[in-house]
Amino acid sequence: MIVLEKRPQPSKAWSYATPLVAVVATMIFGGVLFAILGKNPIEAIGTIFWEPLFGEFAFYYRPQLLVKGAPLVLIAIGLSLGFRAGIWNIGAEGQYIMGAIFGAGAGLAFYPLEAWYIFPIMVIAGAFGGWLWAMIPAFLKVRFGTNEILVSLMLVYVAEQMLASVSLGLLKNPEGFGFPGSRNLQSYDSAHNAELIAGSGMHWGVVTALIAVIFAYILLNRHMLGFHIRLTGEAPRAAKFAGVNPARLILFCLGLSGALAGLAGMFEVSGPSGVVSIDFNVGYGFTAIIVAFLGRLHPVGILLAGGLMALTYIGGEIAQSQLGLPAAAIQVFQGMLLFFLLAFDLLTNYRIRAARSEVA
Amino acid sequence: MDLGEINPVLLIASLMVAATPLLLAAIGELVVEKAGVLNLGVEGMMIVGAISGFSISVETGSPYLGFVAAAVGGAVLSLLFVLLTQVALANQVASGLALTLFGLGFSALMGQGYVGVKPPSMGEIHIPVISDIPVIGPILFQHDPILYVGIGLTAAVWATLKYTRVGLILRAVGENHDAAHALGYKVIKIRILAILFGGACAGLGGAYISLIRVPQWTEGMTAGVGWIALALVVFASWKPWRALLGAYLFGGITVLQLNLQAAGVAIPVEYLAMSPYIITILVLVILSADKSSAPASLGRIFHASH
Repeated sequence: MIVLEKRPQPSKAWSYATPLVAVVATMIFGGVLFAILGKNPIEAIGTIFWEPLFGEFAFYYRPQLLVKGAPLVLIAIGLSLGFRAGIWNIGAEGQYIMGAIFGAGAGLAFYPLEAWYIFPIMVIAGAFGGWLWAMIPAFLKVRFGTNEILVSLMLVYVAEQMLASVSLGLLKNPEGFGFPGSRNLQSYDSAHNAELIAGSGMHWGVVTALIAVIFAYILLNRHMLGFHIRLTGEAPRAAKFAGVNPARLILFCLGLSGALAGLAGMFEVSGPSGVVSIDFNVGYGFTAIIVAFLGRLHPVGILLAGGLMALTYIGGEIAQSQLGLPAAAIQVFQGMLLFFLLAFDLLTNYRIRAARSEVA
Repeated sequence: MDLGEINPVLLIASLMVAATPLLLAAIGELVVEKAGVLNLGVEGMMIVGAISGFSISVETGSPYLGFVAAAVGGAVLSLLFVLLTQVALANQVASGLALTLFGLGFSALMGQGYVGVKPPSMGEIHIPVISDIPVIGPILFQHDPILYVGIGLTAAVWATLKYTRVGLILRAVGENHDAAHALGYKVIKIRILAILFGGACAGLGGAYISLIRVPQWTEGMTAGVGWIALALVVFASWKPWRALLGAYLFGGITVLQLNLQAAGVAIPVEYLAMSPYIITILVLVILSADKSSAPASLGRIFHASH
């Protein structure tokens, strides 16, 4: 008989090892899945993880890693702060959409004026849009004790309808021949989030994501507020005695994660995507949840996890076009990763031992 | 715009149809939460149930087999939640999210060949005389069998929780798992059974959407119904009959907004479409003041250390 024995302290070694073990397990089971779908598993896994980095066309895919990774890291950093304190913002997708609508809206309001201050205004508007959307669950939780999980998630569906509404109405391109979607911000210089170094994939969103990583690291390790966040998550009773103000913490964590998700949406709409359209959002807000956990809610871990997840997105697209692997298979693959991660986390907190007879 | 085109009898009849997936999923989740487990994977289990039911009924030609498959599909997915939360003792919120993310992807993968296919129809129950009563007949007695299964299940869960020993044990586990364990009840075993029941119910609810309500398969077609079902359990203060009431209320809102869209009311379609979600939030806010009826051990991990 096998019994679990709670460790007095979580194992450091296992907490670093579990993400790696989870990735390996996902590769194995993902390979089985691909084999069931009739694809050569080794070839498929190779295509997903090798092609984008070292393949023939890697010069094209490597910049894409930054483009896809930046929003994931940006959103996941925000989410991780809340998750650490037991504040569950799972509506980042909605905040991402609102950031894009606000950011693009602010930019398009100036069209066709060209001025240096337009882009900074868009950045602020984007962050504000995401912040505003996240403040709804935050305020309701603080004021009425409403469950933030359900409210933030419901607001994703509301935001999706808003997106449909503005791309058909308010922000619709007047010169778009009646097609839904806004003007392309890529061809509006003052509002365009262009690559900082041509061909590198490096745009302002990538820079912001890196700043967010550093900021989160300093906050968690060197600042009182960060300590309170960690304390609330790890020892809620101790936090109460230490005088942590839960309302302030909720407003801060949800607000910041909303603002970061909004920024991600704004950088996406003004850069790689270019237009506000009905199918603008592609699920970064949900994938970022996986990124946050895969990175063990640690800023540096999230940076690595974001890179890995971006790799599966790009590799998945390559596998789709070269091997005919269905897009949904990659989604399953990403979901599996979270599963294995949560399952193997057992080893961080518990010791597995063999016992002779069953107890109790 | 012509509001006169909305037929109240049809409206109420379709309200019951719109409410049934919510009701099925909410009743399942209610039992799970009564046992002290918070499974946020309802949406994932529903969508997997939707495609399992759809594919099996298309392949076999029998919607009944489809519903059986949906229940099995939902329960199998919930088994993953069991592994994570009851065996690996993982965080229930994170595990539920994992279940939903995985379920959405997995259902999209399974459903690739079924887009645009029409499922076999289940048909409606027709009881002579009763079903032909004007007004009441079409509203109450001309539906598919699963709708009545939903109502029957509500009654069964209510009676079981209130009057039976099984219900008492389930509630004890949910209120205080340490005390229940000390009394010699197998906390983990009871919770596993509750989670599987919840998965089967969510699966049925999902299949109801893909086989009867729509009936068609599209990716992500549950569109948040699973999450609304979670909100509904809070709305119902963990009481089965109030879950029924809540489901009909939400079903009513959904149907009404669809009817208003069709009638061409001057409100833009998008605002009507977001109304069920906004109303869910409002209801949550109104009811969140009172948390006294929530099972005391809800969401807490149980580990028998001695």
